[in-house]
Amino acid sequence: MMDSDLSILVRGIGKRYKIGASQQRTDTLRDLITAQAARIGSSLRGKRNHSNETDHIWALRDVNFEVKRGQALGIIGRNGAGKSTLLKVLSRVTDPTEGYGELRGRVGSLLEVGTGFHPELTGRENIFLNGAILGMHKKEIEARFDEIVAFSEVEKFIDTPVKRYSSGMYLRLAFAVAAHLEPEILVVDEVLAVGDADFQRKCLGKMGDVANSGRTVLFVSHNMSAILRLTQDSIVLDKGKVLLRAPSSEAVDFYLNRGLSKLGERFWEVDEVPAFSAPFRPMAIRILDKNGHVSDSVRSVEPIRIEIDYELTEDVTGLRVGYYLFTTRGEPVFTSFDIDSEELFKEYTARPKGIYTSRCTIPPDTLNEGRFLLGVNASSYGIRRYFQDDQALSFSVDASGAPGTHWPEPRPGPVRPILGWEIEQKGSV
Amino acid sequence: MAEANLNPSIQVVTLKPAKGWLGIDLKELWHYRELIYFLTWRDIKVRYKQAVLGIAWSVLQPVLTTAIMTVVFGILLEVESDGLPYPVFALSALLPWHLFQLSLQKSSISLVGNANLLTKVYFPRLIIPLSSVLSAMVDFIISLILLFITMAIYKIPLTWNALWVIPLTLLTVLAALAVGLWLSALNVQYRDVQQMVPFLIQIWMYATPIVYPITTIPEGTFRYIYSLNPMVGVVQGFRWAFFGGSPPDMTLLISSLAVLLLLTSGLFFFRRMEKTFADVV
Repeated sequence: MMDSDLSILVRGIGKRYKIGASQQRTDTLRDLITAQAARIGSSLRGKRNHSNETDHIWALRDVNFEVKRGQALGIIGRNGAGKSTLLKVLSRVTDPTEGYGELRGRVGSLLEVGTGFHPELTGRENIFLNGAILGMHKKEIEARFDEIVAFSEVEKFIDTPVKRYSSGMYLRLAFAVAAHLEPEILVVDEVLAVGDADFQRKCLGKMGDVANSGRTVLFVSHNMSAILRLTQDSIVLDKGKVLLRAPSSEAVDFYLNRGLSKLGERFWEVDEVPAFSAPFRPMAIRILDKNGHVSDSVRSVEPIRIEIDYELTEDVTGLRVGYYLFTTRGEPVFTSFDIDSEELFKEYTARPKGIYTSRCTIPPDTLNEGRFLLGVNASSYGIRRYFQDDQALSFSVDASGAPGTHWPEPRPGPVRPILGWEIEQKGSV
Repeated sequence: MAEANLNPSIQVVTLKPAKGWLGIDLKELWHYRELIYFLTWRDIKVRYKQAVLGIAWSVLQPVLTTAIMTVVFGILLEVESDGLPYPVFALSALLPWHLFQLSLQKSSISLVGNANLLTKVYFPRLIIPLSSVLSAMVDFIISLILLFITMAIYKIPLTWNALWVIPLTLLTVLAALAVGLWLSALNVQYRDVQQMVPFLIQIWMYATPIVYPITTIPEGTFRYIYSLNPMVGVVQGFRWAFFGGSPPDMTLLISSLAVLLLLTSGLFFFRRMEKTFADVV
């Protein structure tokens, strides 16, 4: 029995999947029969068919953590780190293979908004159906019905089948139901990745209310600024293991640095590049200081060089390679591509196959102090996107020596340009 | 799995690997009764959406089947019908049979059809096949009214004996649920099941005294083996409840035992398989 102020306790939880289990959709009786026959055959010949560890993959292994009541915990990790599996285990969608856990109170999971919505049913009917699926009682739904409808802003269409809704209306309604669920523990996965900016803001606001109302929240997101805003503590997952449990700002920083390069350089392994990226194959991205040294920490007052190495395995037309610059809070700073200038655009519209480096320099006195994140994008405008990695590399900027640093105060904002101030005295007293 | 706690209003949920065979948690099912209701209601509501004839289909289906059978078996083949007018004879058996058939069709694909729910939300998985079986009840009630009308047309009196239909209907639902549990759980892993179901239903129909009277089957051991088909007892029971004659004692007893066996094994099998549903479906 756990402490009474704990809401979630997880001890040594592990989840093992058979490799390819999700692809075995064509699992048929014939396969089963032939496999059984083969097994009988091999055992007759005296061979033992060992259940091989390599046939399995541990999506989670030895996960331990606890969450106090009323705490909002962020879960950070790359795709495939085990975040979704952890949420599935915690929301009891799937059982752990090993370990033990306790959850105190009703668990509401928002692994996806609109789960169980039926297109043929009206908005009103779907509110009740979806509410029941999420574990609400009919009375609770009735009590909050008006609130849900008001939040969703679909009053006029509440008796129209949802298949006639625009995708925006559909999402608003779905989120509205989910947001009015009031369990003691709320598990949320990437709900905010959908909808337009306005709606995302509204969702974030609502999530903030939930987190502030004394309920325990587990929040998974790739949106670091949402993590920082909504959670106090976060755990960083990698390859199914918890690497760190720390205050969110620390965890976010750790996550953004880890797996990426420590030295301001990042190489892509062959298995990290999706097959559909071909003929574009990213090789490396690096940050260079004014002396041409690869560096994780550069100075605001010096030029910063960014290089992207890649291979084209075929001739490509219309390719542009570039990056997005974000703050670690996920706010975009700017976007730039290698053939933005007219000259280079003409010269490199068609690129023969080969190995390339696209290089650019961020002029001195551009970035403010802080940590930044580079996302790489290689695409042909309007045709296709070859490759994108939103978290390719991160680096720090040090502002020492920059204008205004004689006051030892942090300045808000991602940029720190030198601006031409003038001071004029309009007469004397 | 709630444990006793200092604060009884807050339940503690335990996460641990599920091992071996599990019983059913009736308390939990009761807690989720509203979900059973809403899913059943959804299935009913959605079934005839965007069909021009709508709910009229649930009247047309038994009417057309009875008409076809009357022509083929009653008129052309002159199959015996216990001295009853053939349409009444056929309809009284089609009543429970259609309930069984529809429940089976719906429940066998129910888990796969609700895969998005299985992989996203926790609730007792039993609710899915259960609600698809329950949703077939609407058609049954409509057919029942149809039978009363037909009996009135042929001037066959309705007796108090007809109340036996209530426990017999329950037996039909349990039989359908039992088979539905097996098939739906198997279908999660092996999609062959949904290909097999139409044939299974056809064979099953001819193994049940619907188009022919049970007297065609010789009495004694062979009749007992025949009665292992739960629908034999049910159909005989229905005819007896409406039209009298010799009560289906042994037949019904054997059929009920078969249902009990199928249901218990189905429940255990389902509970054993359900922990992998979300991973496999």
